[in-house]
Amino acid sequence: MKYVLGGAFAVAMTASAAFAEEIKPTAVSFVDGTVEQSLTGQAGDPAEGRKVFANRKQGNCLACHTNADLAEESFHGEVGPPMDGVADRWNEAELRGIVTNSKMMFEGTIMPAFYVDKGYERPLEDFAGKSILTAQQVEDVVAYLLTLKEQ
Amino acid sequence: MNLKPWIAVLVAGVAGAASAQDSNTLSIDGEPMVTEVAAPAHVENLDTIYSGWRFRSAETQALETDDFDNPAFVFVDQGIDLFDKVDGTENKACSSCHENVEDFAGLRTQLPRVQDGELVTMENLINDCRTERMGAEPWKWSKGPMTAMTALIGLQSRGMPMNVTIDGEAAPFWEQGKELYYTRVGQLDMSCSNCHEDNYGVMIRADHLSQGQINGFPTYRLKNAKLNSIHGRFKGCMKNIRATPFAEGGDEFKALELYLASRGEGLSVETPSVRN
Ligand code: HEC
Ligand code: HEC
Repeated sequence: MKYVLGGAFAVAMTASAAFAEEIKPTAVSFVDGTVEQSLTGQAGDPAEGRKVFANRKQGNCLACHTNADLAEESFHGEVGPPMDGVADRWNEAELRGIVTNSKMMFEGTIMPAFYVDKGYERPLEDFAGKSILTAQQVEDVVAYLLTLKEQ
Repeated sequence: MNLKPWIAVLVAGVAGAASAQDSNTLSIDGEPMVTEVAAPAHVENLDTIYSGWRFRSAETQALETDDFDNPAFVFVDQGIDLFDKVDGTENKACSSCHENVEDFAGLRTQLPRVQDGELVTMENLINDCRTERMGAEPWKWSKGPMTAMTALIGLQSRGMPMNVTIDGEAAPFWEQGKELYYTRVGQLDMSCSNCHEDNYGVMIRADHLSQGQINGFPTYRLKNAKLNSIHGRFKGCMKNIRATPFAEGGDEFKALELYLASRGEGLSVETPSVRN
């Protein structure tokens, strides 16, 4: 029993250490739809971001965006613009803003805000008070998008 | 048509890319169906309305053209048996009062409608008969017996144009439905209109978005191999955007049903339709 408690305590400690740098969804500051500051203070991992982009339970970005870099995945949606060369069109702060809360960049867009945890109505209980992605997942996706260059 | 600038490019490159409704025409057992018609004036943001059939693959479409191939007819047959089945304390079947099921021709096109100040759907009318006239238990909204019966009764109106009343007593219910249609909900924060008005004709992952019309309900879905009620579909769409659905048979979904029925005014009833 003591051991189990100790384990839980250690986990809680690590988690809060990681959160120390993390910007909460409500504390993200936008300038003209862009977010300059990293949400975690840690570099994003593009390989992870690529997975988050495709994963139906995470970003599921492919639901709406085609992406030639993910040709191995079937079924790319067409609701939003293709992601090919997206890093030629937008810089890091713009991409972070778009993924965090695209409504700040594109008024009235259908694209979900991936890092907000309130302001939406009637969420399913399991998702209430949560953001779709974690801060680190947002950073990973942004790092991945920055690799999508055509020029 | 609902073409996005980025899709126009794709269409040019990939022949046959699913990018809008197709131009196929539907006849069921030789009877022509209206799957495309000018939008009624109360549908403000669409010029033309289309049946969901127009957005399905050729294989799925084919299943609806012949009742022998349409897998929903297994359930219509169950509905025929239920229609004659005595149930409840009054020792009656539907057919004790309704001699011929064909007398229900036209009913599907008018529902939901207001009766005694309340908005009622076909499910309500069926359960009123069961509880008040047969002394039987009401059927669950989306379960087998109910969808079999709504399919059988709806089928009697097949080919007739959708035509619900939206003014007079129906107006406040219609307004409520319209409000719900345009309200964003769920963690994904989307409204029905975001997908079915702004983006119909477009692929969302593996799904080809239609206008979300209800002229074919209940619908046989290849995905779950059964008949699916209108409210069951609403529920599914809400859960997909991570929203807590309203109750099946509740005021919100009934109002939404009226509003959607009105958005399909002029489309043929296709009950029971086949979708994926
Ligand atoms: C439900 C649809 C939908 C989903 C899911 C979605 N997007 Fe979008 N996205 C859009 C639409 C639509 C636009 C175009 C902006 C507008 O006009 O609304 C857009 C625009 C963008 C842009 C700007 C592209 C450009 O070239 O201008 C980026 C970058 C982007 N999305 C990234 C993402 C990422 C990353 C994810 C997942 C984490 C994602 N999107 C998920 C619909 C979506
Ligand atoms: C994220 C996108 C999305 C949203 C939001 C959404 N739906 Fe759907 N809906 C779909 C998809 C995908 C299908 C299956 C393909 C099709 O028929 O469009 C569908 C199918 C339907 C159908 C069946 C159409 C047919 O011909 O069989 C109806 C009715 C419907 N939706 C109603 C609604 C209503 C009402 C709402 C709002 C409460 C809603 N939808 C919200 C994506 C969505």
